[in-house]
Amino acid sequence: MTDTTDRSRAPVSQQGSPMRPETDLGLIGATISVTIDGHQVRVPMGTTILEAARKVGVRIPTLCAHPDLDMAGLCRVCVVEVEGQRTLQASCAYPIHQPLVIHTHTAQVRQARRQIIELILARHHGDCYTCVRSGNCELQALAREFGITSSPFGRPAAPEYPVDRSSYSVIRDMSKCVLCRRCVRTCIDLQGVGCLEAIGRGHETKIATFLDKPLAHVVCINCGQCINRCPVGALHANDPTEEVWAAIDDPTKHVVIQTAPAPRSAIGECFGLEPGQPLTFEMNSAIRAIGFDRVFDTNFTADLTIIEEGTELILRLYKALVQKDASVALPQFTSCSPGWVKFLEHFYPEFIPHLSTAKSPQQMFGAVIKTFYAQQQGIDPQDIVAVALMPCSAKKFECNRPEMVDSGYKDVDYGLTARELAKMCLQAGIDLPRMPKSDFDQPFGTATGSGVIFGATGGVMEAALRTVLELVTGEKVEQYFSHADILPVRGMEGVRKAEVTVPKTGPVPDLLKALVPSWDWLLGATLKVAVAHGTANAHKVLENIQAGGELASFHFIEFMACPGGCLGGGGQPIPTSAEIRAARARAIYAEDCAYEVRKSHENPAVAMLYEQFLTDGPCGHKSHELLHTHYTPRGKFIG
Amino acid sequence: MLVTDQDRLRQDIGALVTRHGRGRSSLLPILQGVQQKYHEVSDLAMQLIADELGIHPVEVHSVVSFYSFLDERPRGRFVIRLCRTISCDMADKDRIAQQLAADLQIAFGETTSDGLFSLEWANCLGMCDQGPAMLVNEEIYTRVTPALVHEVLERCRRSLGAHALDVKEVQR
Amino acid sequence: MIAANFTGTLTFASVSADAGLERALQKSRPDLIADVSASGLKGRGGAGFPTGVKWNLAAAARSDVKYVICNADEGEPGTFKDRVILSDHADLVFAGMTIAGYAIGATKGILYLRGEYAYLRAHLERVLATRRERHLLGEVIHGKAGLRFDIQIRLGSGAYVCGEETALIESLEGHRGEPRNRPPFPVDTGLERRPSVVNNVETFAWVTSIFDRGVDWFKAIGTGRSVGPKILSVSGDCARPGVYEVPFGTTLAALLEEVGGQDARAVQVGGASGICVPAGEFHRAIAFEDVATGGSIIVFGEHRDLLHVARNFLEFFVEESCGQCTPCREGTAQLLEGVELLERGACSTAHLAQLTSLCQTMRLASKCGLGQSAPNAFLSIMQHFHDELMGRRPEGTLPPAASVGR
Repeated sequence: MTDTTDRSRAPVSQQGSPMRPETDLGLIGATISVTIDGHQVRVPMGTTILEAARKVGVRIPTLCAHPDLDMAGLCRVCVVEVEGQRTLQASCAYPIHQPLVIHTHTAQVRQARRQIIELILARHHGDCYTCVRSGNCELQALAREFGITSSPFGRPAAPEYPVDRSSYSVIRDMSKCVLCRRCVRTCIDLQGVGCLEAIGRGHETKIATFLDKPLAHVVCINCGQCINRCPVGALHANDPTEEVWAAIDDPTKHVVIQTAPAPRSAIGECFGLEPGQPLTFEMNSAIRAIGFDRVFDTNFTADLTIIEEGTELILRLYKALVQKDASVALPQFTSCSPGWVKFLEHFYPEFIPHLSTAKSPQQMFGAVIKTFYAQQQGIDPQDIVAVALMPCSAKKFECNRPEMVDSGYKDVDYGLTARELAKMCLQAGIDLPRMPKSDFDQPFGTATGSGVIFGATGGVMEAALRTVLELVTGEKVEQYFSHADILPVRGMEGVRKAEVTVPKTGPVPDLLKALVPSWDWLLGATLKVAVAHGTANAHKVLENIQAGGELASFHFIEFMACPGGCLGGGGQPIPTSAEIRAARARAIYAEDCAYEVRKSHENPAVAMLYEQFLTDGPCGHKSHELLHTHYTPRGKFIG
Repeated sequence: MLVTDQDRLRQDIGALVTRHGRGRSSLLPILQGVQQKYHEVSDLAMQLIADELGIHPVEVHSVVSFYSFLDERPRGRFVIRLCRTISCDMADKDRIAQQLAADLQIAFGETTSDGLFSLEWANCLGMCDQGPAMLVNEEIYTRVTPALVHEVLERCRRSLGAHALDVKEVQR
Repeated sequence: MIAANFTGTLTFASVSADAGLERALQKSRPDLIADVSASGLKGRGGAGFPTGVKWNLAAAARSDVKYVICNADEGEPGTFKDRVILSDHADLVFAGMTIAGYAIGATKGILYLRGEYAYLRAHLERVLATRRERHLLGEVIHGKAGLRFDIQIRLGSGAYVCGEETALIESLEGHRGEPRNRPPFPVDTGLERRPSVVNNVETFAWVTSIFDRGVDWFKAIGTGRSVGPKILSVSGDCARPGVYEVPFGTTLAALLEEVGGQDARAVQVGGASGICVPAGEFHRAIAFEDVATGGSIIVFGEHRDLLHVARNFLEFFVEESCGQCTPCREGTAQLLEGVELLERGACSTAHLAQLTSLCQTMRLASKCGLGQSAPNAFLSIMQHFHDELMGRRPEGTLPPAASVGR
């Protein structure tokens, strides 16, 4: 990928505004008046008919359009009549550059839309009641809106394609595909991964992987962003809920679940709540009601990750700056997003030394549960089933990575998504939003605000900065950032940069004394950090580093595979959009504020773990054994 | 030095990239060059081209699968494309098809086991006034009769033989 | 191997490409475009967009890079006149492109030649080389300082839809030939998002002819709304198939007499995307305002089964649809299935009505001209030959009455 902004997917017209800056400079800010179903509205030049209609409260049905993606104009469900035009126009892909008179529901329009939906249904295999997306399916909703009660163009008698179940994360049932190409635009444009495209021509066109290989055998990073944008059930997550139920039903099993911060901020959406209403403590009660034996907080290992990954960063800096070891890979990259990790392994394997060896919070948790916790509770680790509630589809792959068995067992047995936990609640008759609040179980129920913000892009960086600054300066981070809010790394900008100069140094805390003798070498140093989310942005950052650009001199970069970070993960409730993700982010930062303890190194449970179990300290022998990992160069080529 | 097929493909693609450029707009000329020489665009070729152009292999696959003259599977040395569109259809293209299939002992869409001939249908070849028409690689044949089919096939075979003869003469 | 039948001689044979180019370049750009507009020349590819308007828009678009693209992706079933023009009168086409380059301020021309015509490439490259040697292409053209223009040939790879101008541009950019959303139009946002004029082979040849012979000569030919001569490709059941030049406004009856197809029961005008005109309407004229055509005329004799014709065209569209938009991708397949039902006598009247209404949806809601015109042949055959299509008995079966009655 030489330049991911130069989008290469066809047709090019699907790229945003067609206006060329050199000819349209004079038009910036210009508005134009259009009439939609009799309503007059002024809109900026280049606004699509669809957007203009929304402004006046006229709803036009859509299928291939998605707010996160470039225009496509190919399903034709959104056609409208534009006076003076011989044919109907796709409102999602028609930029307004002159005054128009538009009618959105004439007889011609209604007939065309209806038949288009019927044509799509004629190729759409399966019954709604056996579909994972029933009740949350855009095609089903369209069929209902248009009152479709018969199949004038037939129904597929048999599936057209076999279901691809090869991936731990994403299942592809292409017989349900409606060829809206949202997944293609997601995978190529939004994520820069490019594992799906339209293959073939005409009636034979289908969405496929390179050479139609199973998903597990191509360059897929399991981010699940395609799932989040699929309007139907063609793409869905590999769902282990039946296995989890079986474990719960098995009296010999001790079933432990850890819950990540992002699903809590979003799961309410599965129950009809507006985005941005966290159900953290209601969820604890629900999980117990379902029958899990313990519910723990992934934020605990998020805090642990900060200690391990932060220590690793300090060690790298020490080696590079003091010991002048040229072999040290800087900037250090975060490693908690398994989609990002696989992305790097495929596209930039030469950068693997830059990845922090610290495992993700999910995997640290599993390793601790099946060792320390098992010992402490006197339970045979073999009888523990470790489940992880995650916002993520890639976490399903991550827990199945062959190296993730450092406890001597599979560290984490199952990755559940927010959607799947919601389903389990429904199956158990639990109305989640109405559940009473209850706390996490101990000993891993204590967390800090830093752990919570892992759920949003920039959160890991902010948490790391809070801790590193305090450990190095010996002063409260609030001295430098009011309320310990490190705003420069927050936000939704694709790549964000920040610099922090170390104003003073304090004594080395006990925990790190074995590793560095003093902080003198850091006095006055400027720590340069960056944050990137969405792997298309990761491409930009890595290409900048590769080319010896500005970011090559940075020290620490946080990468999240999904737009928005974990809160926009491939396991989160559907639909997604920038507004929805922003609302979830607000919920996460509000939760951070509510914590009394907001810094990872102040988490008493983490301190307890180092005292009682990881006695040789962060990045020590034991932690290397259990909490750190290695990576696999995968490359782009497929045999 | 041993030059493997993979190395040769890599070199050829490198040469095509040098000639046409590394931009996305060079994709079709590069694919056409590979198709012409190898009678297919193989899995590896697609990945090598994707790598050279900085695009995803599936995007190359997507393009290859769109165009009738680009093949993901090996085609014969001679690709025979018989026009099936209406004017040639009315000029009895079915008889030509029958004869081609009988002479080559393959169906349309197939390649002879010796790798010499592939049979394909083509949509309008633009020889509607002189149908039935067929393309043999880049050569056009019009007013084809069943009797002519054998002659055309023989001409193809001879052209390979003649070529082999030329090589021998050079060696002498 | 390149051969064509001619009736008489095409005007192109007596047009001087050099004189046409020279006279055009003597004019100022606005005057030149004004002449093209005044000539009334409309695009000869089939859509009939006024060439002068197109050039004016491209000339007005501000950009340091612009393109002139010649659409030589002649794929419409029954059309072969561009092949003949390129074989015999390539200089006229290249001169026309050069004139367009001067008119809109483009320095780059591209001829997109369909892969099926790859055998023409060597010939065309030779013509281009000669033109470069003669300074009719390259740095200084006709001694006109500052005027640069050159032409490159690009080959298609077997995709009918690439004849649609935005699909052609997509193809040039290395993509699947999938039509773009319009607006924006190529004159504004074309190749590499630059202003681009895309014209048909024949259009460029007429441009050169107009500047050689004069606007008045051109305007005197044809009807009020369809000006000038039109080159037709005639094939099918007639005595003298081949390339013909007729003034716009010529009736089908007159044409059929000329080509020896008087006994025809129907004529397909405009290829697979055109309409089927029954014998009763042979008084209709070839013109944008009556029966429009990019040049394809296919004659169906007395014995032809038009349902078979409809099947042939629909098979063509099912395969050649780009597959991008729903109405075209799914609609063409539905219509083909309908033809199959009709062949077996199994298409209910209600379903046929459903398909007729589907044709309307395809015409109105498809993304590009291909899908919008794909139902034309089916619909016109259905309209004019309804009776003979319904109630067919499947081959080799007894009449239902024979089996039921006993």
